[in-house]
Amino acid sequence: MSSAAITKKTYVAVYAALMILVLVTVGVAYLDLGLLNVVAAMTIAFFKAILVALYFMHVRTSSRLVWVVAGAGVYWLVILLALTMSDFLTRAWITIPTF
Amino acid sequence: MTETSAHQEDMSWQRETSLLGVWVFLLTEVLFFGGLFTGYAVYRSGYPDIFSEASRHLNVLLGTVNTAVLLTSSLTMAFAVASAQEGKRRPLLIYLFLTIALGLVFLGIKSTEYHHKFVEKLIPGAHFSYSGLSTREVQLFFSFYFVMTGLHALHMIAGIGVLAVLAFLVWRKKLDPSRNALVEGTGLYWHFVDVVWIFLFPLFYLIGLRA
Repeated sequence: MSSAAITKKTYVAVYAALMILVLVTVGVAYLDLGLLNVVAAMTIAFFKAILVALYFMHVRTSSRLVWVVAGAGVYWLVILLALTMSDFLTRAWITIPTF
Repeated sequence: MTETSAHQEDMSWQRETSLLGVWVFLLTEVLFFGGLFTGYAVYRSGYPDIFSEASRHLNVLLGTVNTAVLLTSSLTMAFAVASAQEGKRRPLLIYLFLTIALGLVFLGIKSTEYHHKFVEKLIPGAHFSYSGLSTREVQLFFSFYFVMTGLHALHMIAGIGVLAVLAFLVWRKKLDPSRNALVEGTGLYWHFVDVVWIFLFPLFYLIGLRA
């Protein structure tokens, strides 16, 4: 479980990847992709977050318990967002009859 | 089992327990920021065009530079943690100072941006003034912007404070960082604050550029 398993060389490589992703996400934002702009921005942000968590936060070399805690954070966030947005995004689908 | 290995096992348990504590704290932080992100998603989906228009008042260049500054501070933080584990005192101090300095640069750029918004009267409240039609919704966008980036900045200030205390204790030799998880735990928090910004940046600065 030793986090010393991640070398400084790996940190620099992860950092380089993160910086490239910053440039990519800014570049993509200037293209007109319609709804895909949001999807692209959030996908890139998600990958950046995963890189930071796995390497800088040592999740990759941490115990299963840390994986469970980190996973629970993502899981609850997904519940929070998915249930809320499934309400707000579908409200316009039906018209409520007036009496 | 010899005396030393039993002792080492004990230290490793202590380290894991304190780090798990930090992780559980970060879990509460995920939901704390998560509620705000959800609120933002609800209103952005409600007024997509107005939020895009409002977001174009933010400075993409400053936002991008700040993202790079924060990611670089995460790299120096990761180096600080590695130095602490190896028991290298001097490199640890240097990396802690670099991390603090980069954190301060981030806050400096952020406050310049806030100042621009102040001059442009885009701070929600009595003196808010916007030439377009949808004043209420634009004000809502800037309320989210200031609350979320402001809370993020408060987290940075707290992080810088903790790093400064750690650096002081290491400098005065009151703390042997290789014998506990203090630097590593602070690192977890610092990287988490970085992750929050990784999502704030595209949501506020980028999504509306071409919508």
